[in-house]
Amino acid sequence: MSTDTGTDTLSETGAESRTGAGTESRTKTGTQPHAEPGTEPRTDGAWIGRGRLRVEDERLLRGGGRYVDDIRLPGTLEVAFLRSPQAHARITRIDAAAARALPGVRAVYTAAETDRLPPVVNEAELRVPEGLEQAIDPLVRRLPYPLLASGKVHFVGQPIAMVVAESRYLAEDAIELIEVDYAPLPVVIDPDEALAPGAPLIEESWGDNLALRAEARVGDTDAAFAEAAVVIEEEFHAHRYVASPMETRAVQAAPGAYDGRMTVWSNTQTPHRVRDHIAEALDVPPLAVHVIAADVGGGFGQKGIIYVEDVLIPVAARDLGVPVLWREDRNENLVAASHAREQVHRISLAADADGRLLGLRDEFVVNFGATTMTGLVVPYNSIVHLMGPYRIPNADIRTRAALTNTAPTSPYRGAGRPEAVFAMERALDRLARALDLEPAELRARNLITPDELPYRTGLLDRSGNPQEYDSGDFPELLRRVREMVDVPAVRARQAELAAAGSAHRVGVGFAVYLEATGLGPFESARAAVRPDGRVRVSLGAPSQGQGHATSMAQIAADAIGFPFELIDIEGGDTDTVPHGVGTIASRALVTAGNATHIAGGRLRARILAAAADHLAVPAADLLLDDGAITHPATGRRLTLPELLFAGYELSETGYFRPPGFTFASGASGVIVDVDTETGHVAIEKYAVAHDAGRIVNPVIAHGQVTGGIAQGIAGALYEEMRYGPDGQPVTTTYMDYLVPTSEEIPDLEISEVVTESTLNALGVKGLGEGGAIAPQAAVSNAVEDALLPYGVVVRRGPLTPDRVRALLRDN
Amino acid sequence: MSTPTAPGLPPLSEPTAWHTISLTVNGEPVTAQVESRLLLSDFLRTRLGLTGTHTGCEHGVCGACTVLLDDAPVRTCLTLAVQAAGAELRTVEGLTQDGRPLTPVQRAFHEQHGMQCGFCTPGYVMTCTALTERACRPDDDTVADELSGHLCRCTGYQNIRAAVRQALDERYGQQEETS
Amino acid sequence: MKPGPFDYAVPDTLHEALQLLSGTERDTKVLAGGQSLIPMLNMRLARPELLVDITRIPELGRLAVGDDGALRIGASVRQTAVADDPVVREGWPLLTTAITQIGHPQIRNRGTVCGSLVHHDPAAELPAAALALDARFTVAGPGGTRTVEAADFFLSTFATDVEPDEIVTEVVVPPQPAGTGWAFQELIHRRGDFAGVGVAVLLRRTGERVGAARIVFFGVGSTPVRVPAAEQALIGSGFDAEATVAATRAALDPQGDVHAGAEWRREGAEVLLRRALAEAWERTA
Repeated sequence: MSTDTGTDTLSETGAESRTGAGTESRTKTGTQPHAEPGTEPRTDGAWIGRGRLRVEDERLLRGGGRYVDDIRLPGTLEVAFLRSPQAHARITRIDAAAARALPGVRAVYTAAETDRLPPVVNEAELRVPEGLEQAIDPLVRRLPYPLLASGKVHFVGQPIAMVVAESRYLAEDAIELIEVDYAPLPVVIDPDEALAPGAPLIEESWGDNLALRAEARVGDTDAAFAEAAVVIEEEFHAHRYVASPMETRAVQAAPGAYDGRMTVWSNTQTPHRVRDHIAEALDVPPLAVHVIAADVGGGFGQKGIIYVEDVLIPVAARDLGVPVLWREDRNENLVAASHAREQVHRISLAADADGRLLGLRDEFVVNFGATTMTGLVVPYNSIVHLMGPYRIPNADIRTRAALTNTAPTSPYRGAGRPEAVFAMERALDRLARALDLEPAELRARNLITPDELPYRTGLLDRSGNPQEYDSGDFPELLRRVREMVDVPAVRARQAELAAAGSAHRVGVGFAVYLEATGLGPFESARAAVRPDGRVRVSLGAPSQGQGHATSMAQIAADAIGFPFELIDIEGGDTDTVPHGVGTIASRALVTAGNATHIAGGRLRARILAAAADHLAVPAADLLLDDGAITHPATGRRLTLPELLFAGYELSETGYFRPPGFTFASGASGVIVDVDTETGHVAIEKYAVAHDAGRIVNPVIAHGQVTGGIAQGIAGALYEEMRYGPDGQPVTTTYMDYLVPTSEEIPDLEISEVVTESTLNALGVKGLGEGGAIAPQAAVSNAVEDALLPYGVVVRRGPLTPDRVRALLRDN
Repeated sequence: MSTPTAPGLPPLSEPTAWHTISLTVNGEPVTAQVESRLLLSDFLRTRLGLTGTHTGCEHGVCGACTVLLDDAPVRTCLTLAVQAAGAELRTVEGLTQDGRPLTPVQRAFHEQHGMQCGFCTPGYVMTCTALTERACRPDDDTVADELSGHLCRCTGYQNIRAAVRQALDERYGQQEETS
Repeated sequence: MKPGPFDYAVPDTLHEALQLLSGTERDTKVLAGGQSLIPMLNMRLARPELLVDITRIPELGRLAVGDDGALRIGASVRQTAVADDPVVREGWPLLTTAITQIGHPQIRNRGTVCGSLVHHDPAAELPAAALALDARFTVAGPGGTRTVEAADFFLSTFATDVEPDEIVTEVVVPPQPAGTGWAFQELIHRRGDFAGVGVAVLLRRTGERVGAARIVFFGVGSTPVRVPAAEQALIGSGFDAEATVAATRAALDPQGDVHAGAEWRREGAEVLLRRALAEAWERTA
């Protein structure tokens, strides 16, 4: 396990790679041990580690993206949904006659038309791994979700009717003509209230709103608390916010005229799962459905689960025999696509007099919203990430999830980790205050050290196996961010500002996290030589902007020993690989990347063997170079198309089944300036050190970290999906739901630590979610640090000026 | 079910609500019949097939649908197609055509990795293009103001700012260090 | 999020435009830049039957300083055109500053000054600026033209003293006496949004005392709110900011909404006032 420091891999010059001259604002204390400077294409294993600029950019920059809504087949009909304006009500009448009679309307669906179809159950997300089932016996209830509201609506935004018309304009006209009568029911939006006796029932047959219960224990927590020198107990609310990709959800389904198959363009993160759900709804075999996720405008988890719309659009296309398109609008996305994050933690920490952690207790409640979109995914992720990189011998963690009259929630970038880290890292700061220790120092005393790895926490991981941290250097991460933010300088400024009676106060905050990445069970890659001499690698995992066409091609180029420029990556087409899981849970690089590595290595061997056979020479005497085979001894040269047309099969499929989770990690250090008069929080400095194992493409990796942190800052300071007590969502447009602009997000200082994964050949770890995990905790810690003289305790976000002023007023 | 016949899409709601407009799009003259309510964004995307202009919110906040109307960046989701009569429009497709190289602005977004999913990118590129067509270099606050008219969910903005700096440096020469 | 159906007319003359507005039973709305109206159309919160686009009427496109020294901004003049105008910046810097705080440049390139004023979102910048600057509106209707002072123009949220068959043809901003100190400040959480609370201040100095004052808040009520008591507390005094703040506290009764609570708005108004008074005083000559 090494944490090298050294070469700057971003220093390549030329159009091939990032120039960065004069524009590089991040520190590069990290390293890429596999990096090779230079601009010449290399075929000797030199592509991984290079900051190759993305091959997908040019087409997108010319306006040539193929997002679902850009694919317009002739005669396509468009869909609009009538969505419930009521949070909880019985539907006593639906009359769609006027809508059906409107010129240009082709069909109107209500529950009467769709009740014969199977409801949506996110089977893959609701399954309980066998090991967990046996060991902790969790309660995981499933609420099958009707395609259109049947008899009752459970949240504002729930689809009640679907109009198919000749344009979206006409479809929306028709929506206004549908009459629905509602008998309102009592509403519950708060998860704690939903679990209290007598709460309004979302699903009456259940008798309560308890959707899930799980517990995990290690050691003797009661004894640990009994002997502790210091115990703190706090309540922290992770607030609800929304993934909010710039491209909203979209589905276009086209029945095939000649092959009878249904082709579906979907901006899903999980095309194979979508395919199977559509096939079930259409009552056809999965292979009769062809799902293509072409260009996807961001996903962040929101596009990683199955919604009723995914199924309804192909149903309409089948019924009407023409292509049908639905493009979610922003209002629909904010009220009816999945929300995330809402958890209430009641957490206690026990420590000895030196600040060594003895025990952790946490009871937290998750707001599932109006249905069970997923099961253990988020709550259990929170459980297994609560202890984080800290040595905690005793823990007692319990969770319950509640149904409420709010939009359903699902995993969003971090998926339970930001919530757990917010609770844990805030609790650590409270403990540090109780111990009169620098919060960073408290962390340093409790971080697991590299010589303790691999480290078993005593919990079971998400797959039901003993949780084991495979690699990392957590103290180094913290050391670097402490250095970057310069705590003593902040303390000196705090004293100056206090002495001067300034309205501005500065504060510093930290958060350290780790992340189990590379979720199984598998991913596959198919690498094939094409007749034009190029190699195409097909993946089950599509890209939503992560740059797979570049990073996966780098992996393939090294594995095959083939020019990067001659490799094409194709992801998200269910026809090209038989099985796939998808791009979720920080898994694509680990699973699809290693599958690519395996397929590429096999393809290389196959090409060489075929050439050896064809030329009747030993394979060991051949070189696979610059996209062709040469036999140096004779000077003979053979192109891949020649080999292909000589009748050799030149394709290979690789599967990668990760043996366990590999652990990425990171630390954030933040300095904030708080205007105590207005409550405005400005981030003066945001420093991050992260470890995602071996870095395939540092330019892309930095981009992923930066983007994740921006989303975390957004949640810390700006974004909140809010409901009124009547269950009406109040942040239903971008004027109310405050996605930050460029002005609100600072430049970051990023430092890289590399400890390679021990669980896969490439040594890589997932990276997509990591950035989003720590910011809310770190920023909140910094704000509380700034306002410590006022006695402020930050228990929830976002820290809007209004909320900060309220905290100051209350103290 | 029959639909009233009217030229083009979307179908008509009122016969009097159709108008003939002429405008210039990416240097080419265009004459079209449009319904009053047709948004310019939809006109470009569905009538002219210029799908590089994206719609992210349709209420004027995200900026993905930004094009240049008479050289000024505007929201096409907050403009009716009929209002564009007589105007000269430029969309991302018109910046560089026929296989010619990327413009310095486009190239800067590529070289600085100022884009990930690419959905918001055309809007940024159009605003940034207008910034490079001024008589002199816009100051930092002007640039910040222009960029704040767009949302990006992927990049965290750092590389977008770097891309814009690169494009401005290339157009106006290196900036004096201001911070 | 697509507009419902409506008709659209684009008259060449004011006369024709007024005829379109008066000669119909239909719910008719004037369209200029559309940056406030079209979002409401897209969300179907506004359902007009006819839009009358006044941007092709030549006389409404004038931006000029009249013989009386007043700035005249025609109904179809875009916000950017006003904000970029050096004469406006020199003579009415408060107006320039107010405009540059509206939304984003991409909005201001389409949006008109008069349109924002007639739309009258009480959290918007321009109504407060107009009230502070004693602007007056020229309103044309079937019976002729009338003039409305800013103090009488803003009735309540989204409501102004303009009848459905009338058109605001211009806003007239009187010249500012030399040496007027000014400030225009607002608290926003995210760049480009409507203000949580804002204030416009104009001051004139008489020696070391305040000779004249104008204080207008926005985002704190259903119209921009001028606070005469606060102005009085300042006039004649040697710049007694705290008395002014106290008078403001008694006068304002802001409401909370999704963006901020009432208490934050009240506090914010006071903080801004202190800052704006200091800035404006600094600028007096």
